[in-house]
Amino acid sequence: MKLDFFIEGGDFARVGTASSELKKILKQLNVDPKIIRRTVVALYEAEVNVVAHAYKGSINITINANQINMVLDDEGPGIPDVELAMKEGYSTATAKVREMGFGAGMGLANIRNNSDKLKIDSEVGKGTKVNIIINIS
Amino acid sequence: MNLSQIVELLNAKVITNNFSPEISILKGLASDLMSDVLTIHAEDSLLITGLCNIQTIRTAEMAEIGVIVFARNKKVTKEMIEIAEENQIILLRCKYSLFKSVGILYNNGLEAVY
Repeated sequence: MKLDFFIEGGDFARVGTASSELKKILKQLNVDPKIIRRTVVALYEAEVNVVAHAYKGSINITINANQINMVLDDEGPGIPDVELAMKEGYSTATAKVREMGFGAGMGLANIRNNSDKLKIDSEVGKGTKVNIIINIS
Repeated sequence: MNLSQIVELLNAKVITNNFSPEISILKGLASDLMSDVLTIHAEDSLLITGLCNIQTIRTAEMAEIGVIVFARNKKVTKEMIEIAEENQIILLRCKYSLFKSVGILYNNGLEAVY
């Protein structure tokens, strides 16, 4: 099964709609609730990052019997130092993002903690590609 | 502690139409930082917060939190109510501060998530 979503940078009102949609589908597919939780928490944090930092982005999700593969590809400023960005507490978030209850530098670490595999490729001035894999079985 | 006791103790108003007085709540957490809430395994617990926006509801949805109490009578929008009801999340609102709300519930036996 494949799912595609579009994300508009700065559109805080719609953050979480893809995660919400995915959660409903995974429930219908009778995926273990613990795996559903890990998946949607990771995707939600990733959605917030795209809305908070990028101009626009896409989410492509592939679900098969063994895993959930999520790719978030954005056009934006990119991440100059991915290792630094992964550190808990490091944040470049704006006041607007903090008003929404995020931007404390916990998002990427939380994505990593909920993923079985996380790959981040970023190019400054172009954008960031985040690949999150969650194993089902 | 069941939901009707929580409503009584906090003198709270029920905002959503999915209220079930007998729902049992064993644990609670309080935070305005949604990233923090998302790191905690708080399934089926109660979230007390002063942060009142759509992301509060979305965070509860992803973290499987069934009840949110908005402290200090924060204004809840129609869209927030719709998303909460769609996801079986019960919303309450009370006049007390976050600190006082937590204190009342803790003193009456609601345990902390950790």
